[in-house]
Amino acid sequence: MRSAFASELVRLAEADERVVLLTGDLGFGVLEPFARRFPERFFNAGVAEQNMVGMATGLAEAGLTPYVYSIATFASMRGYEFIRNGPILHDLPVRVVGVGGGMDYGHNGMTHYAVEDIGIMRVQPNMRIVVPADPAQTRAALPSLQQIDGPVYLRLGKESSPVPGLDGRFRLGRAETIGHGEDVALIAAGGGAVVATAAAALLQERGLSARTVVVSSLNPAPVADLAAVLDGVELALTVEDHYVNGGLGSLVAETIAEERLGCRLLRAGLRRPPAGESGSRDHLFERHGLSPAALAALVLARLDHAGATAPAHPRHEAAT
Amino acid sequence: MTTALAHEIKRTIVDESKRAGVGHIGSALSIADLVAALYGGVLRADGGPERDRFVLSKGHAVLALYAALVATGRMPSEQLATYCGDGTLLGAHPEHALDGVDFSTGSLGQGLSIGAGAALAARMQGSDRRVFVLLSDAECNEGSIWEAAMFAAHAQLANLVAIVDVNGQQALGYTRDVLDPGPPASARWEACGWEVHEVDGHDPDGIAAVVAELDLSSGPPHVLLARTVFGKGVSFMESRIEWHYLPLDDAQHAQAVAELDSAREA
Repeated sequence: MRSAFASELVRLAEADERVVLLTGDLGFGVLEPFARRFPERFFNAGVAEQNMVGMATGLAEAGLTPYVYSIATFASMRGYEFIRNGPILHDLPVRVVGVGGGMDYGHNGMTHYAVEDIGIMRVQPNMRIVVPADPAQTRAALPSLQQIDGPVYLRLGKESSPVPGLDGRFRLGRAETIGHGEDVALIAAGGGAVVATAAAALLQERGLSARTVVVSSLNPAPVADLAAVLDGVELALTVEDHYVNGGLGSLVAETIAEERLGCRLLRAGLRRPPAGESGSRDHLFERHGLSPAALAALVLARLDHAGATAPAHPRHEAAT
Repeated sequence: MTTALAHEIKRTIVDESKRAGVGHIGSALSIADLVAALYGGVLRADGGPERDRFVLSKGHAVLALYAALVATGRMPSEQLATYCGDGTLLGAHPEHALDGVDFSTGSLGQGLSIGAGAALAARMQGSDRRVFVLLSDAECNEGSIWEAAMFAAHAQLANLVAIVDVNGQQALGYTRDVLDPGPPASARWEACGWEVHEVDGHDPDGIAAVVAELDLSSGPPHVLLARTVFGKGVSFMESRIEWHYLPLDDAQHAQAVAELDSAREA
């Protein structure tokens, strides 16, 4: 996904001389093509994210379109007040690019997991939030962001697996349907998309059909699309590599309440800090109830499906 | 010329803060002569997108800026009368929605980064815009100031001029008592690769003369360490910590006006 971003950004920069790339000394093996092609528009700000965001504010006020790049935790949180008082307050076209959203930095541990970044950005009304689910969607999303005059938070994963059925579709403010069904709505964002589709396949084996939707535009939120998807299903399950509060799960809960929808909502995601348990992303997803099997079991239990043997909660919830 | 402008700024500071019943008077008086230097000829404040940029990083002293905008005909005095009123664009910290304010500030430690970006943009765009950032000495407690200082020197942002209001005070005490690493400020800025000038912060013409000699086209960024007196020109306010916050009562206001006016006549 990072490479898709970097190559697409080179294409954008070729067509638009306003594009500037700043990095907080990260992007080895990813950003070199941009740096070589546009050395006069590439700046390593050093390990100094606050200043990087502040400078982007000054650059954007002058008419440039700066992308500031770092690991998602550092990009979103180290300079958060600079983001808030700079691009957000001045409504300037700074693109904050956080790489490795969720727990994609697996073995690197808690300091490198961005599991609240969407939440802290989503409280800012004019901060557009885009979370591509795979590389093709990343390539599709970037050109549409270029047209936005205000700030954008772009959360990229490290994984490169394509999401089946997504086919690189992206529309700002819309959700993308990747599976049709009647029994349950699976609504996924970021790293949740691949596991949600796998969970849908498991449910299919048990005779349940899922309408599966990928939300990549968290702000503007695809409220109308979500309302349409949720209308007429008994159960919805959100799937995200983020805390259940603040991100997609909260967005869908708000939509159900504000649109007066009748479905029951389950939220899969993190409910405790993923600390002291580094490992592969698959391991971490397993630990936090985000494996396809755990997701399918959750749905089966709540639908009281005949023959269901799964516990009512994933293991980690029972233990806490 | 700049002396008259400086006096008008100082009078506006004490009059408007009295009328509005608000503080930050000492901080605003501290920079009145610096702002007079900028708006008395240093800053190319007009010219649309090609104007110089000014970042008042110590946003709590904004009354000095409003006063300068009025004194130089950039803001109607009726608008100044809304200072700290309900629904005003003239709050106690500057907002960019107000004509004449390039950037909203108020959270210390952010202005130099914005200024560095503005200076970098000017260079990338082949513009001769310059960028002036007015900092407080206490604001240099913020680590982000030094992130910006390092980048600006690394990138040799010659068109960036930081002016530090060295009044030696901060909200709860004197800077030497609060957070003083030992070496003088000049050494810290020099160590970060800046060209340092120590100036009298109450000599607008002298400041203008120093700026006129700066090489703003190539070389390192520039910092003017401006020695100032907090509450300058009002005897009971000068170098007194409490005047970071206190508003004026009637008698204090009358005395402040009398002192400022007699100093001008002297």
